[in-house]
Amino acid sequence: MIDSIDSIDGSSAIDAVRVGFSVNGRARHVTCEPRKLLSDVLRDDLGLTGTHVGCEHGACGACTILLDGAAVRSCLLFAAQIEGCTITTVEGIADPDGGLSTVQQAMQDNHGLQCGFCTPGIVVSLTAYLRDHAEPSDEQIRDALSGNLCRCTGYHGIVNAARQAAGRPARPTHEGDDQS
Amino acid sequence: MLREHADEAKVLAGGQSLVPMMSLRLASFGHLVDLNRVTGLDEITRSNGHVRVGALVRQSVAEHDPTVGTDVPMLARALPHIGHFQIRNRGTVGGSIAHADPASELPAVVCALDAILEASSADGSRDIAAADFFESTWQTALADDEILTAVRFPVWSGRSGFAVEEVTRRHGDFAICGAVCGVQRSGDSVTRAAIALFGVGATPIRARAAEAALVAAGAGADLAAIGQEAAAGLEPGDDLHASGAYRRTVGAVVVRRALSRALEEAGS
Repeated sequence: MIDSIDSIDGSSAIDAVRVGFSVNGRARHVTCEPRKLLSDVLRDDLGLTGTHVGCEHGACGACTILLDGAAVRSCLLFAAQIEGCTITTVEGIADPDGGLSTVQQAMQDNHGLQCGFCTPGIVVSLTAYLRDHAEPSDEQIRDALSGNLCRCTGYHGIVNAARQAAGRPARPTHEGDDQS
Repeated sequence: MLREHADEAKVLAGGQSLVPMMSLRLASFGHLVDLNRVTGLDEITRSNGHVRVGALVRQSVAEHDPTVGTDVPMLARALPHIGHFQIRNRGTVGGSIAHADPASELPAVVCALDAILEASSADGSRDIAAADFFESTWQTALADDEILTAVRFPVWSGRSGFAVEEVTRRHGDFAICGAVCGVQRSGDSVTRAAIALFGVGATPIRARAAEAALVAAGAGADLAAIGQEAAAGLEPGDDLHASGAYRRTVGAVVVRRALSRALEEAGS
């Protein structure tokens, strides 16, 4: 369905598109310009400000969401592309009763966050990664985290959180464990 | 639509390169044509000595596909070097090739294996040879009204080995320089060699003289000399990340390392 809405400067009409998709288990419909990024629609149109927008060009990972179960950058998708898709944002990661998920609890227990800006992307990314990799090595955890930039923690707390969430001791148990 | 709007329109696949370029205002288009809902472009099939990968196959799918892993190991090993797993979940094999970034891995794999690019327009389809496809940075032989629909990667038989080596500042970054190599052995003789470098010119560069030198010398070849031969004709430019001279030096090293691993695999 195509509507017509005014552009920001009012000079010309831009065709808006109406898009229907599921977010965190709830059916949503949005009417927006085709150029609008999914990250902006989630935050501005749906009020889901847990998805953070950092670099806006795919480098930092703060805006990572699940698109039909796969961790992807919401700043590299146009909302117009996701008709009929299923989205999970960090707001949908918590347990249904509102308690922290395994990954979220592990992040809290291991000081995996300081300012918290990168945290939604890391929680979503680790949730997807640990779902698909039951027993990751430290090297695999670090590789999995390489797509999420954190400028506060130095990553050690996040790696420890990933270990705990994967069911291993959060702290390295001997000197051979990677702490580089 | 592509025909109507010519260079005002751009095909959108995974969007993991194109959308960042638009966000950074390095590129802008009047129209984006999204291929993601086109059916039939996301299949991997094996036939007639080729593995045919549909252009919309996600990089993460190809990376873990058993047919690709068994029959086109060079492709399977190049894919994990692309970005991060979140990028490969969305990025496509065809998109990376059609985008033709000179620092990217898949165009080099296409060149090294002499893959065949299938292109379609409203007028019909045609095959394009790898050697004719990459014209310059972000420039290919695809016409304004053509899209890449699939890539056919030849399957190497016999005792073959493959390796991908690259140098980056951090894993997932654009490669400063890299090499993809394939060899086929019969005892100590090398019956077939393929070497392509990326990040060292406007297109992937096939090192045919070095391939011939390796075939002539066999598995006991002085790989450092072969690497030097591969890098000899390169004229990479200087940029923020590395000087041209450094890239040429690294080019010889990554070819030596990749050939060493490929020969070992083929000999085992």
